[in-house]
Amino acid sequence: MSASLVALTLICAIIGAGAFIGFYAGRRYKMDLEQWTVGNRALGMVLVWLLMAGETYTTFTFLGASGRAYSWGGPVLYILAYQPLMYVVSFYILPQMWEAGKRYRLQTQADFFRVRYGSKYLEALVALVGIIFLIPYIQLQLTGLGLIVEAASFGGISRTPAMVISFSIVAGFVLTSGVRGAAWVSVLKDFLLLFAAVFIGIAVPYHYFGGIGPMFTALAHAKPEHLVMPGATKNFGHLWFVSTVLMTALAFFMWPQYVGACYSAKDGDMLRRNAVIMPLYSITMPLVLIVGFTALLVLPNLPDGDLALLSIVRKTFPAWFLGVIGGAGALTAMVPAAVQILTAATLFIKNFCRPILAPSMADAQVARLAKATVLGITAIALGFAIRSSTSLVALLIIGYTGVAQFFPGVVLGLYSRRVTTGGVFAGLISGVGIVGFLGLTKHEPFMGFNAGFVGLCFNFAVTAAVSLLRPVELRSFDEHLPQGIPE
Amino acid sequence: MKRPSLGSILCGLIPFAAVCFPVVLWDRVYPMVWGLPFNFFWLLTWLLLTPLCMWGAYRLEVRRNPDGRNNGKGGAQ
Repeated sequence: MSASLVALTLICAIIGAGAFIGFYAGRRYKMDLEQWTVGNRALGMVLVWLLMAGETYTTFTFLGASGRAYSWGGPVLYILAYQPLMYVVSFYILPQMWEAGKRYRLQTQADFFRVRYGSKYLEALVALVGIIFLIPYIQLQLTGLGLIVEAASFGGISRTPAMVISFSIVAGFVLTSGVRGAAWVSVLKDFLLLFAAVFIGIAVPYHYFGGIGPMFTALAHAKPEHLVMPGATKNFGHLWFVSTVLMTALAFFMWPQYVGACYSAKDGDMLRRNAVIMPLYSITMPLVLIVGFTALLVLPNLPDGDLALLSIVRKTFPAWFLGVIGGAGALTAMVPAAVQILTAATLFIKNFCRPILAPSMADAQVARLAKATVLGITAIALGFAIRSSTSLVALLIIGYTGVAQFFPGVVLGLYSRRVTTGGVFAGLISGVGIVGFLGLTKHEPFMGFNAGFVGLCFNFAVTAAVSLLRPVELRSFDEHLPQGIPE
Repeated sequence: MKRPSLGSILCGLIPFAAVCFPVVLWDRVYPMVWGLPFNFFWLLTWLLLTPLCMWGAYRLEVRRNPDGRNNGKGGAQ
């Protein structure tokens, strides 16, 4: 068998196995809205762990992290720094969010805002902001998948068919199995990814330098400035590092798709235990960075840093191993994309269309329309990815900084009795406005600080100021007694 | 919502303090430890120490709500 055929067979086998698991996972369940979006809040510790890990480690983590080690150098360490810290933040937020979710049957982040702040306009705004930042993220998964499968199959499958086939599968198992499907495909994906990352991270430096230590020694001799901040970048210094790490750690669990994962847990204490052990999963990240650093020494003139990992793997390993990487890479795109598509569709119908256009719509109708929207969103993201539209890349760059702006509304909603609906509304708009402006006019970093961090500070200030000016409407979730959701 | 206890918040602040604020001190290549540049080694160490800190925070939270486990209500009262 030719190299291309071996790799191709393995990639197809892995994607096929993933598809089978995804479809099978939801077979025994009736997919109403509650089951579809949050797995009936019945997922056990291991599945929640896998779902969160599955959503966290996307193609961007894989290709982007090694790519930035290659092209940025030192500042890439922000990834090693924020990963454990975001789980620290989750320890103090997710169990409380889960509890509110359980009591008021919340399914999405926008539900949280509606019930806590009693405003359908805030709900619609939160849904809209979430969708705007999710769609480029889905597109990025598609583009990453296309890159990986094309490279790993030695061009045997080109980008567009790879994207179309695998995302038809994604849309399929999202429709049949909802969030459960994604959680179960994560089992295969995490196993393969862990194997691939550990193997590449150790074998690549060993192959060229005889080990990780000698590789770093060689890099420290060749380019000592590359290993510390600001590395190869102009202005990503220490101030940028600290503000980026703080912003990302706070922002991470503000992505709407993680809120659904949080609600799908069987009990809240599980999320606390999860937060304790999750940082251990990040142990693959240093290895991915090491591959990027090695690539800089071995292949110094790549046109695009994001190709660093794939290029060096292709140069180093036999065809069958490329097939495994290709399959693992494809699943790494498919699992997060599945949950992102599901979340965007639910937000659009349940939290944007329903409150504004059809307040009387029943949940069963919401579920039907949301499933139809899955196809629409998949098609839109595919369209953008195939035409490789670059305008959306700009949106993605401000994605993290954008979702970070939900943080004041969430954390004050949980713990403050003085925050008002108007305050959160004004804070969210000013925060998103600032990061949108700074991001699109390329002011990152802004005076040395991460733009999202600047937005977050303004957001907090505006939220506090506006809240203090007006009397408070709802002091906490508990004012909604008797239990139930005000529609 | 019931706020986390001060003790558990302090546990969570340890990794933040270690990673963020002394960055000027740890962002250096030498001394290399186990063949890793010092900044890389420092962050890797905290990747492993963070679960220890959070385990401490967890013990404190559980002691505060002994019935918080598995009853589906968390610490809500």
